[in-house]
Amino acid sequence: MRSPLPLRWQGASSRSSVSSMIELEGLTKRYGEKVAVNHLTFAVRPGLVTGFLGPNGAGKSTTMRMILGLDRPTAGDVRIDGRHYDRLKDPMKYIGALLDAKAVHGGRSAYHHLLCLAQANGIPTSRVHEVLGTVGLTAVARKKAKNFSLGMGQRLGIAGALLGDPRILMFDEPVNGLDPEGIHWIRTLMQNLAAQGRTVFVSSHLMSEMALTAEHLVVIGQGRLLADTSMADFIRRNSRSYVRLRTPQREQLLDLLHREGITPVEAGDGALEVDDARSEHLGELAARHGIVLHELSPRQASLEEAFMRLTAESVEYHAHTGSAQAPQPSRPWGADWKKGS
Amino acid sequence: MAAAQVVRSEWTKIRSVASTVWTLSLAVVVTLALGMLISALSNREFDRLGPEDRFTFDPTLISFAGMSLGQLAMIVFGVLVVSNEYSTGMIRTSLAAVPQRGTFLFSKIAVATLLALLVSLATAFATFFLGQAMLDEHGTSIGEPGVLRAVVGGGLYMTLIAVFSMGVATMLRSPMLSLGILMPFFFLISSVLGNVPATEKIGRFLPDQAGRKIMEVVPAAGDDTPYGPWGGLGIMALWVVAALVGGYVLLRRRDA
Repeated sequence: MRSPLPLRWQGASSRSSVSSMIELEGLTKRYGEKVAVNHLTFAVRPGLVTGFLGPNGAGKSTTMRMILGLDRPTAGDVRIDGRHYDRLKDPMKYIGALLDAKAVHGGRSAYHHLLCLAQANGIPTSRVHEVLGTVGLTAVARKKAKNFSLGMGQRLGIAGALLGDPRILMFDEPVNGLDPEGIHWIRTLMQNLAAQGRTVFVSSHLMSEMALTAEHLVVIGQGRLLADTSMADFIRRNSRSYVRLRTPQREQLLDLLHREGITPVEAGDGALEVDDARSEHLGELAARHGIVLHELSPRQASLEEAFMRLTAESVEYHAHTGSAQAPQPSRPWGADWKKGS
Repeated sequence: MAAAQVVRSEWTKIRSVASTVWTLSLAVVVTLALGMLISALSNREFDRLGPEDRFTFDPTLISFAGMSLGQLAMIVFGVLVVSNEYSTGMIRTSLAAVPQRGTFLFSKIAVATLLALLVSLATAFATFFLGQAMLDEHGTSIGEPGVLRAVVGGGLYMTLIAVFSMGVATMLRSPMLSLGILMPFFFLISSVLGNVPATEKIGRFLPDQAGRKIMEVVPAAGDDTPYGPWGGLGIMALWVVAALVGGYVLLRRRDA
């Protein structure tokens, strides 16, 4: 256990200790006029995988670079175990990070790459051999990193993160471009690390990926916090269930639903969708009024769709589909329940 | 962060890339080969020199002639040691491992400087003795007044060229940009500025022009340089300090 320093702020956590936590407090990064990260406040807790989700360009990598002290925040604060990154003695023993697997000198061997990092943090050489074994690179340890495949480069980056046996691990888009075997390996690794009680903070722009690995979710869009919630809660709140209906007697069906106080949603292809309804109920209702149904199917919106709805307003590079309306500059969808778990 | 850890780490870095070996060996080979060639040619030309040229004939300086080209390899060494971090993206990994940027930069520069110093001193002594062998009876010996100072100074000069390049590369980050400025500057611009009468007075305060003074044993005819050998090296050292301070200030302020 590290010394439980007095907390300057309480953050979103009710814990009294800041051990193995990453805490952001109003973290902001501006590049000239552009706000890349906008007043982010959240905490990443130990013992679970926290997914850091947002569309491309949402500010995930910038946030992670600020956590490591690589980029200076314009405003706000970020602390590891209650301290600024550059105040940590041998920081790789506190937090291991993989930001960019290509951030390696290609002319250096995997062994020497890890050795120079280990020496800088007072980590014994034996540990270099250990992590090379963990990530399965022992056989190519003396090969130059520039000859590594994407997957091997990713493994080398992860070996670097694990080097100091840190309580906190941070990965930026670790599965990007990997083959299925590599993806599976990284997922298992992250879950194992969390199961050992470590703090695991992993970014992705894919909801489907997060749904498989993360137990907690922090969602950002255009640098702003959109959600800070458990994955279970996110699924419960966001998997919209509805019934899809198709009928040749469209007008009669609309009238009927209207009389019953049901408001259907027009689907693009002429079908109707009724939220939170039971298909049995709608089928019987149509039968009683002699309306022919060509389709009556209960559906669940995917998490990917839920994520897209959540971030739709904040996506920077919109693929405008038809509507010429500008996005409402109102509160982001979901703002009412953010930090709600 | 114990600085000793970072120094060890930087030593591992510098010895585990090929560019260290080839830049330094190129500096040695070019300096020695060209120095021997020019010494041999000077030896043959000596009898055709006029009395004044014979009077200012400086066999020590002639044996260092290869350094004008050899220093370019030292520049490449200095630039690559620093800018490799940026061109490969390694800098983010390095600064995450060593967030104290001053410790990071000065450990790196200390290791590279020490290595450059050892290679440069060895080169300076080798090029002197090989050059004197080529100069035959027109040569000088290490025991003559000012000669040892010039030889040690030649080693220091080469080292300072490398350290200056490290400072510039820290400021500019890009290896291409750094080399694109330093190479023509030291190979062309500086000597042009130093030889055109209109700019001569400014030119001799440039780092290489001032630093080169330490390798002179016999002053050139009509030499009115306002500083001596150590004064010249001091001026060069000031340039180096300025480049390092500039690099440090920028590294501290910049996002990595």
